[in-house]
Amino acid sequence: MSTQPDKGRRAFLGTAAGAAALTTVAPGVFLHATANAAPRADAVTDQVRWGMLIDTSKCADGCSDCVSACDKENGLDLMIKPEGATDEQWAQQKPRWIRSVTIKDNLTDRVTTLPMMCQHCEHPPCVDVCPTGASFRRDDGIVMVDRHTCIGCRYCMMACPYKARSFIHENIQLKETAAPRGKGCVESCNFCVHRLDDGGTTTACQDACEHEAIVFGDLKDPGSAVAQALQSYDSVQIRADLKLNTGVRYTKI
Amino acid sequence: MKKMHFREWGIESTRYWGLLAVLAGLAAVAGIAVLYMEHEGHWVTGMNNQVVWGLPHVFAIFLIVAASGALNVASIGSVFGKKMYKPLAPLSALLAVSLLIGGLLVLVLDLGQPTRLIVAMTKYNFKSIFAWNIYLYVGFLVIVVAYLWTMLDRKVNKYTKTAGTIAFVWRLILTTGTGSIFGFLVARQGYDAAIMAPMFIIMSFAYGLAFYLLVLMYAFKADGRELGDAILFRLKNLLGVFVAAVFYFTVVYHLTNLYGTENHAYEAFILLNGGIYTFLFWGGWMLMGLLLPMGILYHPGLGKTRGGIVAASLMVLLGGMSAIYVIVIGGQAFPMAMFPGQTIIASGFFDGVNGQIASYSPSLPELLLGIGGVAVVLIMTFIAIRMLRFLPESLADDVADPHHVKG
Repeated sequence: MSTQPDKGRRAFLGTAAGAAALTTVAPGVFLHATANAAPRADAVTDQVRWGMLIDTSKCADGCSDCVSACDKENGLDLMIKPEGATDEQWAQQKPRWIRSVTIKDNLTDRVTTLPMMCQHCEHPPCVDVCPTGASFRRDDGIVMVDRHTCIGCRYCMMACPYKARSFIHENIQLKETAAPRGKGCVESCNFCVHRLDDGGTTTACQDACEHEAIVFGDLKDPGSAVAQALQSYDSVQIRADLKLNTGVRYTKI
Repeated sequence: MKKMHFREWGIESTRYWGLLAVLAGLAAVAGIAVLYMEHEGHWVTGMNNQVVWGLPHVFAIFLIVAASGALNVASIGSVFGKKMYKPLAPLSALLAVSLLIGGLLVLVLDLGQPTRLIVAMTKYNFKSIFAWNIYLYVGFLVIVVAYLWTMLDRKVNKYTKTAGTIAFVWRLILTTGTGSIFGFLVARQGYDAAIMAPMFIIMSFAYGLAFYLLVLMYAFKADGRELGDAILFRLKNLLGVFVAAVFYFTVVYHLTNLYGTENHAYEAFILLNGGIYTFLFWGGWMLMGLLLPMGILYHPGLGKTRGGIVAASLMVLLGGMSAIYVIVIGGQAFPMAMFPGQTIIASGFFDGVNGQIASYSPSLPELLLGIGGVAVVLIMTFIAIRMLRFLPESLADDVADPHHVKG
């Protein structure tokens, strides 16, 4: 039959075209995706809920290892102050995904230091208010922003009770491949989602914490360290009154 | 009562074009400000990660709220059948449309990604009051334009009441939607209150009517048309009632807040020690926006002078801007209560250390954008009344007042 006259030639052309595409069209992206095809090929399910327990008694005052690790992992340290901006302005406008907060009890004067970040709520107010659905919650509990559909209205920042979100106020010169970023969009902690999607099981802040104050894992897996720690200790949600069922819990506040 | 005739705005050509040129200049400057902000990013504004909505939002929300209120005059005529208001209706509907477009323009041009407006038009999250508002605003424009058509085209006059009623109901829902943008924010102390929605409605009544009065008086005076006391005093009395109602809602809003201990710090911030916000609340919102206009409008002498009515209307508008500023910016500047019973003594992200309020100082481009929005409103209004028959030839007492007795 003449329907496939020259299989060999076709196969060769196909391979050649593929090779050309590989070498010319965004090779980094293409190869990266191919290399990690296996874990990313599976859809995220609600069999898993990523979460965190922070033991505030282990969190050391003055330590900022988790903050630096997050900055590095997500390319926040690559951002430079716009020319002409004052230091104070830049401090107010640069993005921050995780921060150290020190609180003092009004009655007892007991001082506690803890890291604050997106609490990955089960019922996130930021997702409720987002007009385009760019702010969304994955089945595995991670709350994040789709930077292709974020219009930069900042309503999510108005709605977040944890002040977890940042707006990108300036042009971006450099960014990490794993953490895309664009001027005029909102972003926040996503539990280092690129690691998890590539089969990883830890976040940068957790890895960096030498005091072992941060335990991260699957809340739904009874054998996970985080689930077992939550079983053993009393823990609280920040602003539990809002009934958001946060994925980040704290002990000894 | 004589037969009512409508005529295009007939001011001298040079004056008309001069007026448009000035307003177009303001709009162009605003355009440059937008390009600058979008090119550089929002770092050139006073906004930051603590105060995320700034002066453009104050202008935008003010104009949108005033838009729905500007329609009131038409509603009183068509829906509630007050004959005297009927000749005032076309201008009222026109202002509703132009104010809304001006407000939306400012809102959209302050987005981080204004070019993605198409995304906002095609992807919806129906749990978001913002997404609902997109429908409410577009629907309002369509309905009011249809309503205008029934007023201006004799052939479809018979549908005016129906169109007017739909527009009236729609505007109530619309302002509820605008007020709910804040009412739904559980995170912030100053916002999470159901009274926000009705308060925004009554504010819209006052701001819309004040704007209407100013445009009506200017358009008539510039054109040498007669605006009789009968209609003018009726409108100014109505403004007085609306202003008194805003006063009532403001008092109730703060009194209910004061009842709950959890709100004491926020109330102290607005009422006592909030710096610029306390100043704008008492000096702007209360004194200039409510007490002084009420005093003028109900004053037996001043309230019956044209100057008094113009001054009162201007004060209502400026006081209204202050009110929106206190609500929008003040509500964000006050630190969020993340840890009840605890004081934040250190933070890497401006969490209101020791109760410190977040800083925001509006920048020039933001102000220019807001002024540009107002300019666009006026450009649309002036072109429309020049091209089409929006204004009655005369609103002299013997023309406008069905019960006028020649003295």
